[in-house]
Amino acid sequence: MIDLMTGNVAAAKAAMLAGVEVVAAYPITPQTSISEKLAEMVANDEIKAKYIKVESEHSAMAALIGASYMGARTFTATSSQGLALMHEMLFWAAGARRPIVMTVVSRSLGPPWNIWTDHMDVIGERDTGWMQFFCENNQEALDLILLAYKVAEDKEVMLPTMVIEDGFILSHTFEKVDIPAKEEVDFFLPPFNPDVKVNFRKPRRYGSLVMPDWTMEFRYNNYLAMEKAKKKFAEAGSAFSKAFGRDYSSLIESYRCEGAEAVLIITGSAAGTAKVAADRMRERGKKVGVAKMRVFRPFPNEELLKLAENVRTIGVFDRSYTFGYGGAIYSEVRNALFSLAADLKVKGYIGGLGGRDVTETDFEKIFDDLLTLRRSGLASNQVDWVGLKDGSMRW
Amino acid sequence: MSKFTIPKEEYLSKGHSGCAGCGATLLARFCLKALGPKTIINSPACCWSVVQGVWPRAALKVPVVDHAFECTGAVSSGIRAALEIKGIDDVTVVGWAGDGGTADIGLQSLSGAIDRRTDFLYIMYDNEAYMNTGVQTSGCTPLYAWTNTDPGGKKREWRNIGKKRIMDMLIANGIVYGATVSIAYPEDLIAKIKKSRCIKGPKFIHALSPCPPGWKIPTSKSVEVARLATQTGIFPLYEYENGVMTLSKDIKNKPVEEYLMLQGRFRHLTSEMLFEIQKKVDEEYEALKARCQRSG
Repeated sequence: MIDLMTGNVAAAKAAMLAGVEVVAAYPITPQTSISEKLAEMVANDEIKAKYIKVESEHSAMAALIGASYMGARTFTATSSQGLALMHEMLFWAAGARRPIVMTVVSRSLGPPWNIWTDHMDVIGERDTGWMQFFCENNQEALDLILLAYKVAEDKEVMLPTMVIEDGFILSHTFEKVDIPAKEEVDFFLPPFNPDVKVNFRKPRRYGSLVMPDWTMEFRYNNYLAMEKAKKKFAEAGSAFSKAFGRDYSSLIESYRCEGAEAVLIITGSAAGTAKVAADRMRERGKKVGVAKMRVFRPFPNEELLKLAENVRTIGVFDRSYTFGYGGAIYSEVRNALFSLAADLKVKGYIGGLGGRDVTETDFEKIFDDLLTLRRSGLASNQVDWVGLKDGSMRW
Repeated sequence: MSKFTIPKEEYLSKGHSGCAGCGATLLARFCLKALGPKTIINSPACCWSVVQGVWPRAALKVPVVDHAFECTGAVSSGIRAALEIKGIDDVTVVGWAGDGGTADIGLQSLSGAIDRRTDFLYIMYDNEAYMNTGVQTSGCTPLYAWTNTDPGGKKREWRNIGKKRIMDMLIANGIVYGATVSIAYPEDLIAKIKKSRCIKGPKFIHALSPCPPGWKIPTSKSVEVARLATQTGIFPLYEYENGVMTLSKDIKNKPVEEYLMLQGRFRHLTSEMLFEIQKKVDEEYEALKARCQRSG
């Protein structure tokens, strides 16, 4: 059924379709309408779940870890400061291998106080052991939650997952969303039945003290799970495509990258704008494409290398800034492609912070900059900030 | 023939890594005898994360979920919600935490769990300082006690305020049942735990838990010190239920000195300090008795 809805309603509907059993959430803009919608669904018996009104995001994640240990499928949503407050428990959820799914409605971190989108909140949590999937539109805000459960709960993965939708641009904007039927989702996503859960007949301790003689092996298992998750995402994405007709079989979606002289790597809602800019450039005979990174954790090294086989000039647009360096995705892409460094050019662009609009014109300028870089081989900067008011900016 | 009043079943295995004379270990042993096998314990960073032993061994014969320091209340709510949605109603959810994890860093999530009317039993084993990290002052450290963060020093300044009145705070917050228990009175302890198990809603047990290395007492003196805490009126045993306070044992008949001077952490007390503590204990005990008579 196709309906008009905000990204937040799409996320709540996805949680309902996934049959979540325990929701624990704390209000924060621009996430709040997800938890309100879920509370309403629980109150109206539209969903057989428990809604825990926690007193903080830290407790939201703690409560879900407890619930997940009992074998319940769990969901929460947060943003910005709330995600930062959860930080400690994010490590705990990943270390405990609880496949919790959480929508993060991305939002800037204060100060300055700002409720609008950028990815500094989620990039700040990239090292917590969570998978991180970015949404371009409201359809993906729904689809990627279903996919997240499928991958996260895979017995060889068992890792928590963040599904990231951009604050206001997706969370509060109406778009057409195709809502799958519950029976189809049930077929795609069977009930949660983890091997590791509390069993009163076989009492165990979960989250024990482990000495240096074994801790590395626990970490190594997390590493293996992340590596396996790449294949599992692609497999689940193909199964999703068969079930629902929308293709998620790759971690990076290539748009007009065939024969491209320059490609821009990007995450989130700005990818849609970048695609429109690429169309315009192509109309003008400029060969550019967009590579939308859906999955940032696990990092899609293999797909990146494949992309770089055919394109030797690559830009990376980060909607975040790693203090004292540049863009996190930029530095990771550059690192992944280092073996091809000889004739490869990689440049970073930072923009869209704190909800600053990133326009088609911005992207056209980025593409032109990349094409110039390709010809001249010289970049004046490795990283440029895009869309600043100040006259000192490059454009 | 003597009749056993304490259940014989053991849920704490031999070979745990608690210190000799650890009050919390004895407390857990008694509590679990009262709780039985349909119990799930969740526990934050505290002595207990060490006492239970190192992976892959585990000393308790009931399931245990370990978690971060400040979230015992929240994890308890999560476990209970999952049990409810799964239709399991014969399990006691127990939050098991030290005084720091309860009255300091974990107070928010405990208060949240009470607000949420979570059906669980919170047991605070109160060893009156951060003992797992090596004796630092907590909100439950008593007046004039020595700890490594209230070391006295040249200034001769020790803990400068009495214990946080955690039970009063939680009663005000809305617990349905509260009780103080002591390892020196195991029958009273077991009766209270058994009773609390049958009451729905948030329940709180405050257990005094002597710590030989932290209190600087011989390992053989834990039970004796716990008994003196009650006999001096420093740790009276009482119960709170449905707005009614009841004194479990009205046996205050010894001066505080007998309790305090057994412990190295109070060895520096002057007669003025002892006098002040005695005065406060007398006042608080009388206030408690009055409260019990009023509501009882």
